[in-house]
Amino acid sequence: MTTAPHADPGVVKTAPGPAPHAPALRPGHHPVLRALARALPVSPALVLLLLFLAGPIAYCAYIAFTDLQLTGQAHSSFVGLDNFRTAFKDEKFLNAVWLTLVFTVLSSLVGQNTLGLALASLMQRASKPVRTLTGAVVITAWVLPEVVAGFLLYAFFRREGTLNAILDWLHLPAQNWLFTLPILAVSFANVWRGTAFSMLVYSAALNEIPKEITEAAEVDGAGGWRRMWHITLPMIRRSIGTNLMLNTLQTLSVFGLIWVMTRGGPGDRSQTLPLFMYEQAFQNSMIGYGTAVALLLLLVGSLFSLVYLRLLRTEV
Amino acid sequence: MALTLASRRTTRKLAADVGLLVVAVAFALPLAWVVLSSLDPHADLRVKAPDGLTLDNFDAIMNSDVTFTPLLNSLILCGGATLLTVVCAALAAYPLSRFRSRLNRPFLLTILFATSLPITAIMVPVYALFVQVDLIDTVQGTILFFAASQLPFAIWLMKNFMDGVPKELEEAAWTDGASSLQSLVRVVLPLMGPGVAVVTVFSFVMMWGNFFVPFMLLLTPDQMPASVSINEFFGNRGTVVYGQLAAFSVIYSTPVILLYVLVARRLGGGFALGGAVKG
Repeated sequence: MTTAPHADPGVVKTAPGPAPHAPALRPGHHPVLRALARALPVSPALVLLLLFLAGPIAYCAYIAFTDLQLTGQAHSSFVGLDNFRTAFKDEKFLNAVWLTLVFTVLSSLVGQNTLGLALASLMQRASKPVRTLTGAVVITAWVLPEVVAGFLLYAFFRREGTLNAILDWLHLPAQNWLFTLPILAVSFANVWRGTAFSMLVYSAALNEIPKEITEAAEVDGAGGWRRMWHITLPMIRRSIGTNLMLNTLQTLSVFGLIWVMTRGGPGDRSQTLPLFMYEQAFQNSMIGYGTAVALLLLLVGSLFSLVYLRLLRTEV
Repeated sequence: MALTLASRRTTRKLAADVGLLVVAVAFALPLAWVVLSSLDPHADLRVKAPDGLTLDNFDAIMNSDVTFTPLLNSLILCGGATLLTVVCAALAAYPLSRFRSRLNRPFLLTILFATSLPITAIMVPVYALFVQVDLIDTVQGTILFFAASQLPFAIWLMKNFMDGVPKELEEAAWTDGASSLQSLVRVVLPLMGPGVAVVTVFSFVMMWGNFFVPFMLLLTPDQMPASVSINEFFGNRGTVVYGQLAAFSVIYSTPVILLYVLVARRLGGGFALGGAVKG
């Protein structure tokens, strides 16, 4: 699980009002000194963030332009945009970009988002025991460690696994899902693991809609789909926006789940960008090249992150 | 009219129940597999009624090599990093919540931006950097990185919880001459106990399940946490003993599920960390 801030509206709270009686800080009455003394508690966090988060990002931006390798190289040299040129000519890279796109669209945009919304709106009407049970099962899938989720779905999709057992039982043709449609299998795995988040976000959003509005529409004879389309969706559009951003960001950085299920294979048929990056950096010892790919991923991530910030800010 | 509306509602409720139950069953199948297989003497890859219940699978893995050492490693890594995260986040949140400064807004926006950055993408440079500064394959290095990667979210969450503690309560402490640190530790933090619990539990849960960070930053098998060592069940090329893998998965997953239940209960389902944590 990775983290993301609260997706409720109005979470960006700017500085609260000034303290009515700020504590008397002994060291200095000079305003600058006082400000420094007050900011002092931020420093441990700031040091950690600078050294271990900002540092690596800056380092990433640097070695993406070098030919740094894992072994047998005295020093690396600056190669300009070579890594990026190589990447865009590299069929394996383009394949990884394509698969990342498929993985993101299938599992995040279509899967988690739609299923999450469907679950949340069904939960509005369902009876309490069913609602509680479904919520518990879906959330358990989400809370499980990533690797465990990977194993569970590996077992589910394997030739000898549960899915084929069910298909047999229904007299439908079984197949080796992890071999024939690996990207589909890992996408489903990501839906299984990530839907709870969307479900929780949308449940919260739907609870905010005043009952009178939907009831009025119902009395006016608007059917379920029309109410959904004309009333519910427009009213929760902000939640949809933030949820899509956060789902996409999470999906872009999935590594463990795919690693456990397919190792990116067979061949490179489920090798999304994080797995490609890992392979280039460690199996092929091309740290520079791997980092260039990482930088691209980071840029795409930052873009989504900025859109997400923008969405939150419009709510303030 | 009212009657048809009411009967329509009943139908809809039934339809919703059926729909939810279908999804619940689909989601439950993989979960059922892991629980049933862990108790099955002849577990394989599909969900089936066990051939008799047994605890042999658990017995077989209850030794220091397979289970205790990795779990202890996980505990040290995640416990240490969580402690560091919570302490730093509480300290940082205090001035952000209590004092007005022109820097608050840009700082908080940067923090919020950082919460959603794909950490996966920076692991290759972090590896390269850790090799340079000799932090690779050290527990303390991994703890520091874990804490840093969790901090943006922890600070954000902590600050929002702290905003909920009325300032009036501190004023008494201030007039008594308490310093900022004293009023933070004696007044504010005790009043936001549930908030601190949430930050703690969620930092811990996230690190406990994290595979990529220790996978990249630790090399010695003896130091590996459970999230990485679980792959050993496949590593030794023999036939995979699925029952034992399932048993290990159950043991490894139980703490985080319990912790989640603990926090969710305490804060009521409504809070749900709904928007707070993404899968």
